[in-house]
Amino acid sequence: MTATFVGMPAFPEAARAALGDSQLRHNLAHATATIRARRREVVAEVDEWEELRLAGAAVKDAALLRLDEHLVRLEAELTARGVTVHWARDAAEACAIVAGVAEAHAITEVVKVKSMATQEIGLDEALAARGVTAWETDLAELIVQLGDDLPSHILVPAIHRNRAEIREIFVRAMGDAGRPAPAGLTDEPARLAEAARLHLREKFLRARMAVSGANFAVAESGTLVVVESEGNGRMCLTLPEILVSVVGIEKVVPTFTDLDVLLQLLPRSSTGERMNPYTSTWSGLTPGDGPREAHVVLLDNGRTRALADELGRQALRCIRCSACLNVCPVYERTGGHAYGSVYPGPIGAILNPLLRGVGTDEQVDSLPYASSLCGACFDACPVRIDIPGVLVELRAQVVDARRGTARHAAEAVTMRAAAATLASGRRLGLAQRGAGLLRRVTRRSVFSWLPWPGSRWTGARDLPAPAREPFRAWWRRTGGGRR
Amino acid sequence: MRVALLVTCLNDTLFPDVGRAAVTVLRRLGVDVEFPPGQACCGQPLINTGYLAEAVPVVRGFAAAFHGYDAVVTPSGSCAGCVRHQHAMVARRAGDAELAEAVAATPPMYELSEFLVDVLGVTDVGAAFPHTVTYHPTCHSLRLLGVGDRPRRLLEAVRGLRLRELPAADECCGFGGTFAVKNPDTSVAMGADKARHVRESGAEVLVAGDSSCLMHIGGLLTRQRAGVRVLHLAEVLAATEGAGARAERVS
Repeated sequence: MTATFVGMPAFPEAARAALGDSQLRHNLAHATATIRARRREVVAEVDEWEELRLAGAAVKDAALLRLDEHLVRLEAELTARGVTVHWARDAAEACAIVAGVAEAHAITEVVKVKSMATQEIGLDEALAARGVTAWETDLAELIVQLGDDLPSHILVPAIHRNRAEIREIFVRAMGDAGRPAPAGLTDEPARLAEAARLHLREKFLRARMAVSGANFAVAESGTLVVVESEGNGRMCLTLPEILVSVVGIEKVVPTFTDLDVLLQLLPRSSTGERMNPYTSTWSGLTPGDGPREAHVVLLDNGRTRALADELGRQALRCIRCSACLNVCPVYERTGGHAYGSVYPGPIGAILNPLLRGVGTDEQVDSLPYASSLCGACFDACPVRIDIPGVLVELRAQVVDARRGTARHAAEAVTMRAAAATLASGRRLGLAQRGAGLLRRVTRRSVFSWLPWPGSRWTGARDLPAPAREPFRAWWRRTGGGRR
Repeated sequence: MRVALLVTCLNDTLFPDVGRAAVTVLRRLGVDVEFPPGQACCGQPLINTGYLAEAVPVVRGFAAAFHGYDAVVTPSGSCAGCVRHQHAMVARRAGDAELAEAVAATPPMYELSEFLVDVLGVTDVGAAFPHTVTYHPTCHSLRLLGVGDRPRRLLEAVRGLRLRELPAADECCGFGGTFAVKNPDTSVAMGADKARHVRESGAEVLVAGDSSCLMHIGGLLTRQRAGVRVLHLAEVLAATEGAGARAERVS
């Protein structure tokens, strides 16, 4: 795979390109509308949905509050059950650990369960660089991989593709990756699924090593949980002899009971199902059943940085359901690639800056501004992450990080001038007189064209000219309309 | 009860008719609303762009301007939301205890429809507006304040008014404050869909409780020569028989 998010332009520019892609716009509008409707229906069935959301947030907050203790317990329980536990500070360390396991067994190909953590660390590319081929087995991830493409959605990474495009990718690329697409393949969903099944089957049967992530990790029992729809994940978890699971440290919950709430919230919020088709749980090794060797890589990669952010740490509650993406009017129009990360949409707009820090990368710094702050994401979030609130906090961090630098100095000067004007009624009144002059000079009540930066408004929208008589002038002249 | 009007900097400067309409409605219902001249802006443009430190004097000025009133009412869901949810955050982030105290002492803040329905207990404000309208529930009214169906109930009680459903009504119009100029392409893409839905509704007039969103949608509609005008909720509620809402504010 050569596609990469590295070097992506800042959001406004990336979005402009995406907005011009009419096929993408159509695919996304259709897909997000469908999944939104499905979610709305199954959420409405639960009378105590709000209580469930509160409980979900509380479970995750409690887990994060004593994260250090839970992680040590998790390590102990996993080790006691025959699992080798590794700790990875960042992406490079995590990738090296996984590659090391493969190399120790002279393994050159692995099958993968759909996993955001491994996407985040760029594992497939890192393995390829060391001569190990990683095969994605989740249907949507397979489409992305075969298309030499990038994921654009957390749950449905190929959401930007329609059936016809998927058929083309299968016909073109399956042969190079293994079993070719059947002759005469149509774009019927059942036929496409059949083609993927046949293609993947030989990989499942051949692979000696699998790589997974985990939706949850239960500390008290050393249990990892993977939730999926297709069963391909379960094939990877049970067939190969070696299993390596890369788990973000925020995935840990203290007890099995904690899963009760989270497993109710997740499927309804993500796929719009009452219950997901496959929930795999495993607690270490079982002789004669499943893998004979298991590793767990506990991944930080910025999570402790996010945890240190008093307001932003709530983003670590995220259970990767994608409900916020599906309801986001920005995401629906730009798609996921514009966010330049495997975590797109509203959660990506806060998670990326929190994991990576602000003030160093223009692309990351543009993400907190990739929102109209409409609040639809907060309403949809099953663990009540106040995404708009965190976005505003991160914007403040971006502005603070730039203070005293030349970057965006024009904006800072404008904002300081605005602040001086807007802090007092007297000064606003004076500014209005100046603005009134503009109207008299131009003799216009509506502006259809303004020079830059006003053109950023008038490029597509008319702008009313300042009023002949502002409200405060009218009030003073007429005594509030009484004279 | 001493009630102050927060006219908002946008209405003050660009849409004074909206402020006058709010005064008209409130006086008709017996509220002798005052205009504290020290008021300027709630600070939202600065806050939502990340200039929280710069917003400190703006929030301080706001608290001083409205000190001592029993209630503040404003024809803007967005500004009401900023005062209710963000002023305390500005003070806290600045570590300014004095400002935090002043913010805590700010009188209760009501968006116009909340004040009419909840405080005055009125849904029929004695208005007449014989036109076909559709209503856009602006995001901050809808989600930040939770005004629910209050604006709708007010509109339904207006004589002669025919209310049409707006498709995908609860979706953002794409204004989003400085979002409209920082991400103009995305903002316009969202606004274009909103404008399309407004036209699909078959209404002559688009009504909303925020002049900022109306400026954005209205600006798109006039550019498209759509033949649909925009009016603030206050302007519709101020209209009476023989004295309709000002026709010149055409889109």
